[in-house]
Amino acid sequence: MMVKCHSLSLLVMLLLGNAVWGSILEVCPSCSIKSIKEAVAAASDFDTILIKKGVYKEFNILLNKPLTLLGEGLPLIDGEDQGEVITITADQVTVDGLKIINVGTSYTTDFAAIRVIKSKDFLIQNMVLEKLFFGIYLEKAQNGRIYHNQIFGDAEEEFNSGNGIHLWYCQNIEVDRNMVQKVRDGIYLEFSDNINIKNNISTNNVRYGLHFMFSNNDVYENNTFENNGSGVAVMFSKKIKMRNNNFRKNWGTNSYGLLLKEINDAEIFGNVFEENSVGITIEGSNRLQYDNNDFINNGWAVKVKGACYENVFRNNNFLYNSFDLSYNSKLNDNIFDHNFWSGYTGYDLDKNGIGDVPYRPVKLFSYIVNRTPETIILLRSLFMDIIDFSEKVSPIFTPDQLFDASPLMKRFK
Amino acid sequence: MILIENLHKKFGKNEVLSGVDLEIKGGGIFAILGPNGSGKTTLIKSILGMVIPNKGAILVDGKSIRKNWKYRQHIDYLPQIANFPGNLRVKELIRMIQDLRQKPSEADQLIGFFDLKPFLDKKLGTLSGGTKQKVNIVLTFMFDSPLIILDEPTNGLDPASLLRLKELILVEKNKGKTFLITSHIMQFVEEMADEIVYLLEGKIYFRGTKEALMARTGQSDFEHAIAAIATTPADA
Amino acid sequence: MLKILKYSYYDLIRSRWSYVYFLFYLALGFVLLFLNNDLSKAVITLMNVIIVLVPLIGTIFGVMYFYNSKEFTELLLAQPLKRSSIFLGQYFGVAGSLTLSLILGLGIPFTLYGLFKSNAIWDFSLLLATGAFLTLIFTALAFNIAISNENRIKGFGYAVLLWLFLAVVYDGLFLMSLIVFEEYPLDSYSLLATMLNPIDLSRTLILLKLDISALLGYTGAVFKQFFGTDAGLMVSVAMLSMWTVLPLWRLAYKSKHKDF
Repeated sequence: MMVKCHSLSLLVMLLLGNAVWGSILEVCPSCSIKSIKEAVAAASDFDTILIKKGVYKEFNILLNKPLTLLGEGLPLIDGEDQGEVITITADQVTVDGLKIINVGTSYTTDFAAIRVIKSKDFLIQNMVLEKLFFGIYLEKAQNGRIYHNQIFGDAEEEFNSGNGIHLWYCQNIEVDRNMVQKVRDGIYLEFSDNINIKNNISTNNVRYGLHFMFSNNDVYENNTFENNGSGVAVMFSKKIKMRNNNFRKNWGTNSYGLLLKEINDAEIFGNVFEENSVGITIEGSNRLQYDNNDFINNGWAVKVKGACYENVFRNNNFLYNSFDLSYNSKLNDNIFDHNFWSGYTGYDLDKNGIGDVPYRPVKLFSYIVNRTPETIILLRSLFMDIIDFSEKVSPIFTPDQLFDASPLMKRFK
Repeated sequence: MILIENLHKKFGKNEVLSGVDLEIKGGGIFAILGPNGSGKTTLIKSILGMVIPNKGAILVDGKSIRKNWKYRQHIDYLPQIANFPGNLRVKELIRMIQDLRQKPSEADQLIGFFDLKPFLDKKLGTLSGGTKQKVNIVLTFMFDSPLIILDEPTNGLDPASLLRLKELILVEKNKGKTFLITSHIMQFVEEMADEIVYLLEGKIYFRGTKEALMARTGQSDFEHAIAAIATTPADA
Repeated sequence: MLKILKYSYYDLIRSRWSYVYFLFYLALGFVLLFLNNDLSKAVITLMNVIIVLVPLIGTIFGVMYFYNSKEFTELLLAQPLKRSSIFLGQYFGVAGSLTLSLILGLGIPFTLYGLFKSNAIWDFSLLLATGAFLTLIFTALAFNIAISNENRIKGFGYAVLLWLFLAVVYDGLFLMSLIVFEEYPLDSYSLLATMLNPIDLSRTLILLKLDISALLGYTGAVFKQFFGTDAGLMVSVAMLSMWTVLPLWRLAYKSKHKDF
């Protein structure tokens, strides 16, 4: 395994265009260089510092020249809760195969296991971070890659915990195949554009699995967000592409798979929302495309709050949700078309695969529950079925323009 | 054998029994008669514990029947309407009652006596009224109990079966058993009864032998005597 | 009592009605599975059936059996038997055969469609257990109604009204009260109101399995405590047991004081 990682990291170094091939400095408890700091001081640009298996009690390691920090057999750096462990300020730095524990916690400074400040072309991979405050903190960084790291926090509350992977004013970063657990936000983006987040698994985090603030033109795909405070929050951002992600088991009061708040022109394709209290909560978001998503066994598949215009839901599967859709107003400017609804009871006489009567996804009961939340206890009672039926026949409380005129008869594949 | 003291029973506002005192010592056939609604069935059911009296006491063999059900082990009862669970077969019903009572029985003999063999495998729901009554009689007589209560035993019986029933009653009486019988068929009563207990308006209006009854009413015909008794003053 | 149970059961198991009931569930199970082949969806549909139909059938069947076996009961009353054992025996005979029809009728098709290899087995078992409870409860209520009403038509009327009330009207009143008093904290009230109706209680019990994500979306602390833990399940089962035991107790009491 380690051999493979090494060859991979060497390959990556080559790909990064590291033309100047430096020498290798070995660090180990019995070597002539016993600490990483010593090695960094002794190294020249583009050298590789090979850290052998062992325990290194160090913090505030500053990488201010283009170096490669390569661990062999997962050496352990114990920060002893003193503060930040590794800080990168130079370009073209690689950190690979280290385990960092005991990052200092502070209410005034955001200490991180690894902080990258204004650097370019960095690579952070195969790291294991535990007992941390912030994990990997990127600050005004560009063109980097965060690959195959494992971050295991022990966060209980929001106010005294940090984020797993934190991006602030960053550009062109790839976050790939990381695993983040039990921190505040698994992955957090603020003012960060052109970020590609893929194949990550973000679970059991206190707040969000993934959190966007004021970030544009980002893509996240093939990630899994499970059992977080809420899955993913996308706020005040534009042109985000969300594809093939899994949002699962985000349960609880005000909990959702995906929150879309004040975002415009996003694409939401091929995602699976399963067993969340709310699949997607949408607030003040416009011109969003929802295509080919599966909403399975959620409390509410989609909850629309506030003004949302020109959202288009097409070819989605709504399967066995307690409620398919909830609206808190009678206005509707969104389009539902060609979706499959498991609650659809219509027929298809002309056999074209499209139901002959429209489907109304907003139930009167969902309107009542919005008004008086305690009434949720009457879910699936015969009485509610009866009044839902009467509302279906002649809509009074629910938006009468809101229906899927061409509901699919079979699940969209 | 049976001692009834000051028995009262009301159904709603309708007072059916208002102070019945009756003592029946062992042996013989006692016909309980009276106009419709005079409380015959209520009296019988009180003895059986099916009707719970408002006041008064009933003692069977010297023991109060209140909150007691075991004394019924020594009573056989033929109910008025013979309607049984329709899905059971005759055989099963007989076996079930035997099972419930856990007493030796003479069912086979009685089945032969009433020609019920061909019906043993039939479901009770498919039987005619008369056949059901015969099954009913078999169920009642198959145990050897000292007290036998028959509520309208002649209902639905053909003449041949009626003869057999009478024969059976006499045989059992001669063994020293006590019978309480209600019937509307005066001919049957006249023929069978040793003593008449006449109920009127919830009280025992007359008790005595057939001869005493006829002497009191001054009638030579039993049926007329019965019809006349209600109009004859008690102290006459 | 066991003997009476045996004979009542024996009688019922061979009556046309328990076959009809059994075949109905059998057909329902097969049709549901044939139509969508998806165990979980079938479980949801079944829930609606069980919540609505099982109480109705339990009520009607209970009243019917009680009145139809009047003469049989009288026959038994003249036997050396304790009254309460006669009625409890009959009750368990009816409730037992109904429950058996339900469990076999639904169990057979679901087993054939691979229930034991599916995740739905727990949901399904819960469904059957709830169905069994509802049968016990509503048969007991039906016996209570029948023993208190000599008049068959009246008895049937009350039984149907009882069902209608608990299945539909109660929820309507409940909903209205929630909306009228929406300004006040209603957590405890709504849980209590649920407990007081066996149909609502059974529904909630199943919801705990099926719609937990929606239920956990609600903010109330009491709700969360109830739904978030096994306490909810335990309290519900305890209440359902109460609902079974209390009518039975009244039945035993009434039977001792009734004239036949």
